[in-house]
Amino acid sequence: MTVWLALGAALAVAVVVVVALPFLREPAPASDALHELDPRERELLDAQETRDRALAALKELEADHRAARISDEDYRAVIGVVRRDAADALRRLDEMEAGARTPGAKSG
Amino acid sequence: MADLGRAALLLTLGLSLYALVGGGVAAALGRRRLALSARNALYASFFSTLVASAVLVAGFVRDDFSLAYVAGHSSRELPLQYKFSAFWGGQEGSLLLWLLVLTAYASLAVWFARKRARDLVVWVTPVLAGITVAFTWLLVAVSSPFDTIAAPLDGNGLNPSLQNPYMVIHPVFLYLGYVGLAVPFAFAMGSLLSGRTDERWIVATRRWTIVAWTALGIGQLLGAHWAYEEVGWGGYYAWDPVENAALMPWLVATAYLHSVMIQEKRGMLRIWNVTLVGLAFCLSLFGTFLTRSGIVSSIHSFTQSGIGPWFLGFVVAAVVFTVTMIWLRLPQLRTKARLESLVSREAAFLYNNLLLVALCLTILWGTAWPIVSEAIRGEAVVVGRPYYDFFLRIFGLPLLLLMGIGPLIAWRRASLRGLARVFAWPVGIALATGALLIALGAGSSIPGLIAYTFAAFVLATIVLEFARGTAARRALTGESVPVAFGQLVGRNRRRYGGYVVHASIVLLAIGVAGSSAYDSVAEGRLVRGESLSVADYTVTYRALTEREGANATEIRAVLDVRRGDDELGTVRAGKNAYSAEQQVSNEVGIRSDLVTGEDLFVIAEQVREDGAVFFRVFVKPLVNLIWLAGLVFLLGSLITLWPDAREERRLATRYARAGDAADRPAT
Repeated sequence: MTVWLALGAALAVAVVVVVALPFLREPAPASDALHELDPRERELLDAQETRDRALAALKELEADHRAARISDEDYRAVIGVVRRDAADALRRLDEMEAGARTPGAKSG
Repeated sequence: MADLGRAALLLTLGLSLYALVGGGVAAALGRRRLALSARNALYASFFSTLVASAVLVAGFVRDDFSLAYVAGHSSRELPLQYKFSAFWGGQEGSLLLWLLVLTAYASLAVWFARKRARDLVVWVTPVLAGITVAFTWLLVAVSSPFDTIAAPLDGNGLNPSLQNPYMVIHPVFLYLGYVGLAVPFAFAMGSLLSGRTDERWIVATRRWTIVAWTALGIGQLLGAHWAYEEVGWGGYYAWDPVENAALMPWLVATAYLHSVMIQEKRGMLRIWNVTLVGLAFCLSLFGTFLTRSGIVSSIHSFTQSGIGPWFLGFVVAAVVFTVTMIWLRLPQLRTKARLESLVSREAAFLYNNLLLVALCLTILWGTAWPIVSEAIRGEAVVVGRPYYDFFLRIFGLPLLLLMGIGPLIAWRRASLRGLARVFAWPVGIALATGALLIALGAGSSIPGLIAYTFAAFVLATIVLEFARGTAARRALTGESVPVAFGQLVGRNRRRYGGYVVHASIVLLAIGVAGSSAYDSVAEGRLVRGESLSVADYTVTYRALTEREGANATEIRAVLDVRRGDDELGTVRAGKNAYSAEQQVSNEVGIRSDLVTGEDLFVIAEQVREDGAVFFRVFVKPLVNLIWLAGLVFLLGSLITLWPDAREERRLATRYARAGDAADRPAT
């Protein structure tokens, strides 16, 4: 019984060390605050998701049309909107990145 | 040894409590080191649970009957593989397996997402820890596998129904499914708690959701095969409450896997998706409650205990938490994108979702009705098979049809004329199949006929999809057919893996329709030399044998099988009498025809002392397609799950800034 209890105690010590590790490694950090995404970074993330979504939609539509999954008629009805969405998403992202390169543009 | 097990579980409780409280404080106050420490506590809780599990396994292997749980579920004669599976043969072990799988999933999911969605993981940690606390509390304070007794000379043995190879793996898969649904739930709730409702929680949990969904599906098929072989009533699914408990979260997870594509492609259905994820997890808790509480009678429920109220409390807490979080974040979840047309791929997926959820809710209502009726009328009324079969046809057949339609409609909107052109071949093949089946006499079952016609339609669309995709790729690249086919699947794994999964569901539908709508049965008491005919088979009872197995006396009736003039060999059916357990089990005889997919299924219902046996004999057409469907389902899921380096690079680029930002200390 003593051996098992000793093993239990050793396990407890090991997990306490693991849990305490971040404090042991950095006992006095310059900053302990979690970094939050600022509004501009969140907006950028949103713009990237929108761009990826729009480009994926365009790619899928072209592939579906090429494989005759989608008729010419349906393709023509949708392709304009999908291309415009993709262009808008790319333009928005370009503008944001250009803004980020401008000195003093970062907010938050 | 029990002391080490108890100490390890106490550590898991302490670690998960720390991860819950410390992680919550860290997330709310923005404390970086505390958040990392809480995450480490979550990782460590897996290792302490692993130690507790190892102790229990050692108890079974060493026949340590001073552990009450081991004494209650094992015996010295129990074969080694069943000593391992006895781990989850009772309530305490099952809960420990739940906890082990949960802490493993939690650690892995958080580990893999720690860079790409670090600011999200800060909130996910306390959610996963909260679920861990609930299960560890049950194991520490309510139902411990490490309670000790004065060791008896031998244990009580394992329930004979559980001494089956399928029971060694079925519960593991089922729990991998149930518990795995905690991961998308935790990330969805973490996303709502943090107010970061971007797509990262979906990206971070995509694979985990498919893993859980696949495991739950495979687990159910393994359970169905176990019931088919072991329970001995001639079927594989009886709408038993515990079977329904596994089916319901799987249906909702299926709906989610489709609706999440609409969010990824069109940015729509954000509220619906977090609702589905919450519902799937709550249903998995509800399923565990049904299995473990003993509140409803079930052939799959092997324990009855007082932990029901605790589980009910967990279910209520999870529902209240989910509804509250969605309510609080409604403004952020609303999107501008709208459904443009009722004839579009997103609309088809929406219909699919509504049918899946409607089917799930009708099953939930039927499953809960004994509880509800007892509460209202004081008498538990059980809903019968016709109720479930009716709704399965009402919702299941349109779902089958939609499986063929959905993938071939354009996003946003599609014209009826365009659809007519795309679906001309599949519709033609389906109608020809239906006409052929009527000519062959399959019109005796209208639902069966409709199911086969729809199945032909879906299979035709899938084959055409692969053919068109390969041809288009060849036209573009000039590759050979095998290369073009391989590249097509390899570069579009989610899409073509999905088609393979659809093909497995079609196989399942064909197998279920064939074995239930067109089966034959005959029964009778035979003495040696007498025969029984069923469909085009004749079985002749030849002999009765008896032998001592590892831990049971095995009595078998030997029957010769003939079909027309063909001698097809013998089939053996009988009973096992288990000495330690003092129980008798049915051991059915099955002769499978791998060409036609048909089974001859023999049950020796009663074996009399004079050697006469009462037999029930079934012929189940196409039933083996159900098990084949499991393999195809697994293949499709693996294709979908296989890592895509290009997709990973794209996501890494997209999230590099968010990951890096959250990783570094604030300045």
